[in-house]
Amino acid sequence: MNTLFDKIWDSHVVDSLEDGPDQLYVDRLYCHEVTSPQAFDGLRSRGIRCFRPEKVFCMPDHNTPTHDQDKPIADPVSRAQVEMLERNAAEFGLHYYGMGGPDNGIIHVVGPEKGLSLPGMTIVCGDSHTSTHGALGAVAFGIGTSEVEMALASQCILQQKPRSMSIRVEGKLGKGVTAKDLALFLMMKLTTGGATGYFVEYRGEAVRSLSMEGRLTLCNLSIEMGARGGFIAPDETTFEYLKGREYAPKGEEWDKAVEFWRTLSSGDDAVFDREVVFDAAEVKPMITYGTNPGMGMPIDGSIPADAPAKALQYMGFEPGQSLLGHEVDYVFLGACTNGRIEDFRAFASLVRGRRKAEGVIAWLVPGSAAVARQIRAEGLDRELEAAGFELRQPGCSACLAMNDDKIPAGTYAVSTSNLNFEGRQGPGSRTLLASPLTAAAAAVTGKVTDPRELL
Amino acid sequence: MKQKFDIIESTCVPLPVENVDTDQIIPARFLKATTRDEAFFGENLFRDWRYDASGQPKPDFVLNRPEYGGCILVAGKNFGSGSSREHAAWAIAGYGFKVVISSFFADIHKNNELNNFVLPVTVSEDFLAEIFATVKADPSAKLRVDLPAQTVTNLTTGRSESFEISAYKKYCLENALDDIDYLLSRRSRIEEYERSR
Repeated sequence: MNTLFDKIWDSHVVDSLEDGPDQLYVDRLYCHEVTSPQAFDGLRSRGIRCFRPEKVFCMPDHNTPTHDQDKPIADPVSRAQVEMLERNAAEFGLHYYGMGGPDNGIIHVVGPEKGLSLPGMTIVCGDSHTSTHGALGAVAFGIGTSEVEMALASQCILQQKPRSMSIRVEGKLGKGVTAKDLALFLMMKLTTGGATGYFVEYRGEAVRSLSMEGRLTLCNLSIEMGARGGFIAPDETTFEYLKGREYAPKGEEWDKAVEFWRTLSSGDDAVFDREVVFDAAEVKPMITYGTNPGMGMPIDGSIPADAPAKALQYMGFEPGQSLLGHEVDYVFLGACTNGRIEDFRAFASLVRGRRKAEGVIAWLVPGSAAVARQIRAEGLDRELEAAGFELRQPGCSACLAMNDDKIPAGTYAVSTSNLNFEGRQGPGSRTLLASPLTAAAAAVTGKVTDPRELL
Repeated sequence: MKQKFDIIESTCVPLPVENVDTDQIIPARFLKATTRDEAFFGENLFRDWRYDASGQPKPDFVLNRPEYGGCILVAGKNFGSGSSREHAAWAIAGYGFKVVISSFFADIHKNNELNNFVLPVTVSEDFLAEIFATVKADPSAKLRVDLPAQTVTNLTTGRSESFEISAYKKYCLENALDDIDYLLSRRSRIEEYERSR
């Protein structure tokens, strides 16, 4: 009761169905090309228009190649899906940021950077990582395609209100320990289904101290603990990040908005359905060894004796094994988890004065065209290219390998993305999830390496 | 797809694996389809567990074992975690499953099943273990899923458990109505809400 989650959710309930879900009003709907075609088909077959087209923003990201974006997509099936989103956006009068254009990128990177995701909003998208936008103090969560159709048709979805959960992280994160490590640590502690049924509010000093980019990474991974979503109450960090962004309020409207946003916090008397507390000092750089993101460990640890045999067999690991020094074939920096400018700065900072190891293939994929521009403006591109790295064009890329960026069967990839499921990065691919610093450490040594040794 | 739901008695397909994620239910490379062709998704249900790289069925996987069949899938806990892809629910429906039984479902996937007239039934860990044991001993053993009474029964042992479903969703399943039908009837109320903000 009286949590920020209650305040935002309850103020968006149009009606509550008796012994049923809430009819929840949606402030922002994002659509990408993979989970929307059937929703638009649904509108057509029912003969209806989009109810509030000005609130809907579309962009292709999953299928987009990370090179030659000025040319048509070579894979005809991918091309058809991307072109269909463009046609649907035009037919229904929705905002559209096309591939190769200055506004395109991964939907969860673009939304915050354009000021489209704001505190107090309800935000949905047919994508589990919609929880990312919670970093701005919004209630944001992934939905299925039928629910995308609902939101297009009525700007509402029917949704059972989740329970509320507080995850408080006290203290300060150590050197070389990032928001990604904190998220992987929480998943290790809570397991991949540990927060199912809950909406998480992240609190405590370690969370407050995170930059907006770090907060986006943490909230991005809420779903990997099973949570419906996760958010952080807005504060000065949030306001500073949003000020001046394209769709953020301006002038007098800005002052009014900030005044309202300052009221968005859980009351001192707030009662959560579940509360957990962790100490940031316990968190080390993390890495996963298994086939779900809860199967993680401190990078200097060893694989638990009771780790599931099926997962270890797939990964080619043994219980009790340390991963330090294990050879790495691929490194992937990017995704809605770690494809923002700070992630590239972190990666570049560790590479500085070193070179990419021979034999490692590294894909550095900015989360958006705006991130790519910033990388160039800061000269990080020249620095990284001189060290043997290749920067690609924006998109989801090897996170789920719907484009050509597939990790070959049996090879090991240290990846800054969000999921390490069997075959996620390509059939037979073996994924080790980690932070941009740990990815950089692997890229320059060719092995799983504790980034703290190189800082 | 939209079909009225009542009482189902069927043999079942046991998948005693925990944390079955939606990438396993339908891998990402099958998400490029732009239509809701459930037959296509059904053919690729559990693709990489079901077929080898050359497209040959893997004989050990349960969907390839002739002794198992029926319209009830029984899976280990935390079924449907990961990606929100509704294609996973389309694949399950397209294969012909009407009910999925587990001791725990991931939230988004559970909604996706309900929106595709597949009934997710949550049972206790203990009962789930009993169902797996029964079906292992006798693949022709049947379960009865009674939506009106909200019970699931192991017809071999006679043990029964009740399951939860909201009255609204139950009504939708029993009457083959979907959420969009409902929301479209509410547009004037939505406009009223918008004016009140």
